[in-house]
Amino acid sequence: MNDAQEALDIELEVNGEHVRRRVEARRSLADFLRQDLGLTGTHLGCEHGACGACTVRVDGAIARSCLMLAVQADGARIETIEGLSDAGAIAELQNAFVLANALQCGYCTPGMLIAAQALLEADPQPSRDRIREFLAGNYCRCTGYQSIVDAVASVAAHRAARGPR
Amino acid sequence: MKAPRFAYARPATLEGALALLAAHGEEARVLAGGQSLVAMLNLRVAAPRVLVDINRVPGLGEVALGESCVRIGALARHAELERSELVARHLPLLARAVRHIAHPAIRNRGTFGGSCALADPAAELPACALALGAKLVLRGARGERRVAAGEFFRGLYETALEAGELLVAAEFPLPGPASASAFGELARRHGDYALVGLAAYAQRDGPALRDVRLAFFGVADRPVLAARAAAVLEGRRVDEATLARAVAALDLEPRGDLHASAATRRRLAGVLLERVVKELAQ
Ligand SMILES: Cc1cc2nc3c(=O)[nH]c(=O)nc-3n(C[C@H](O)[C@H](O)[C@H](O)COP(=O)(O)OP(=O)(O)OC[C@H]3O[C@@H](n4cnc5c(N)ncnc54)[C@H](O)[C@@H]3O)c2cc1C
Ligand code: FES
Ligand code: FES
Repeated sequence: MNDAQEALDIELEVNGEHVRRRVEARRSLADFLRQDLGLTGTHLGCEHGACGACTVRVDGAIARSCLMLAVQADGARIETIEGLSDAGAIAELQNAFVLANALQCGYCTPGMLIAAQALLEADPQPSRDRIREFLAGNYCRCTGYQSIVDAVASVAAHRAARGPR
Repeated sequence: MKAPRFAYARPATLEGALALLAAHGEEARVLAGGQSLVAMLNLRVAAPRVLVDINRVPGLGEVALGESCVRIGALARHAELERSELVARHLPLLARAVRHIAHPAIRNRGTFGGSCALADPAAELPACALALGAKLVLRGARGERRVAAGEFFRGLYETALEAGELLVAAEFPLPGPASASAFGELARRHGDYALVGLAAYAQRDGPALRDVRLAFFGVADRPVLAARAAAVLEGRRVDEATLARAVAALDLEPRGDLHASAATRRRLAGVLLERVVKELAQ
């Protein structure tokens, strides 16, 4: 592709499924997931990178889907909260969030879970300070964060007690 | 909000990217990590006609050790600098500074070159480039030129980059055995842009410091060297009296905004100077 175009064909993998679509260049990855693919678990709060509600995984690394264009995801592997839930990849975190009352309205929850999963992959035994620091880019307007930190810490503690699988 | 309409191109070579930039001139904008540009598009404070996405230009993201410098490619992501052993060994100042940039999800995509090209006055990496005396490598249709960090950052979001030019890398002179660096910043919350920050670099000479470079950020329209304070420290042993004189010699004139008043910023700059220079001397 050499010249600039306002609409492009893209091919990518979303939650394990091959997807092909024509998209406008201006379409964000978040809007592509929500509106073109109907995956509305990816939420949009601020649309400028501040709140973290739109967090997804791009080739295994967490990213803001409001700050990526859908055309930039051409050839990429995207995982959203729907895919991660169905695969059971975050089941422990989801249970811990329920038990700790770590969600109220649930708006921040998909992004919070995906960020927390990334933290536990990078650092299986994070301190509470480290959990706070890592999740500082994900805003929650309801819980006051305490219960979210509790939930993530409880998963880490449970895994440590259980030992490596 | 949603981004306005624009056309998008994804060149596969450096020559292709430069040709697109030359063809579209002022109407084109480079897209690197998108962590500032896409936000500006969504907020509609930027409305370029053409975006030239450099993410698939090969080689632009390399971090490499040369004979006398460490070369950081423009597309090196913040997260890569955070993980790089080469950066940790030779440019520990950068390794420390990147951890203060935003949040992990943003660091996974944001780039070194994007930070420098954007030139936010409160950004960490431009101040590190200034402290360490880096040269920025700019490539245009007519060839390549090198610009010292002190001349590259010209003002508020303003750099020496001309229309059609691409920042391809930065070259950091290799520190010697006596080199020391230290870093500090004060922000309201972790990951926020700094209220005031300081990237410092010096050579240790017994108990004294020489060639002291104190690059403050968040206190002016660009990162600035506090030359008078550095002159007080030059060649002296770092003790409380010297530190107090250095703080008194700080000639920064920060502006107040809704995050902090000018007086608060001036005071915080003094606090940081003491902390960071003490660490520098240890
Ligand atoms: C919530 C949030 C918090 C943040 N906090 C911080 C922070 O604390 N400190 C900090 O430093 N940054 C912060 N950032 C910004 C982040 O570091 C960006 O990654 C960075 O400023 C821009 O890099 P980018 O690669 O994303 O560039 P882009 O957004 O792609 O581009 C930014 C600008 O630079 C130009 N450009 C990019 N690359 C080149 C190049 N190679 N040659 C010529 N022009 C180029 C673009 O045209 C554009 O004008 C934050 C961002 C967000 C969303
Ligand atoms: S919607 Fe993407 S960070 Fe807020
Ligand atoms: S539960 Fe409502 S925003 Fe977090």
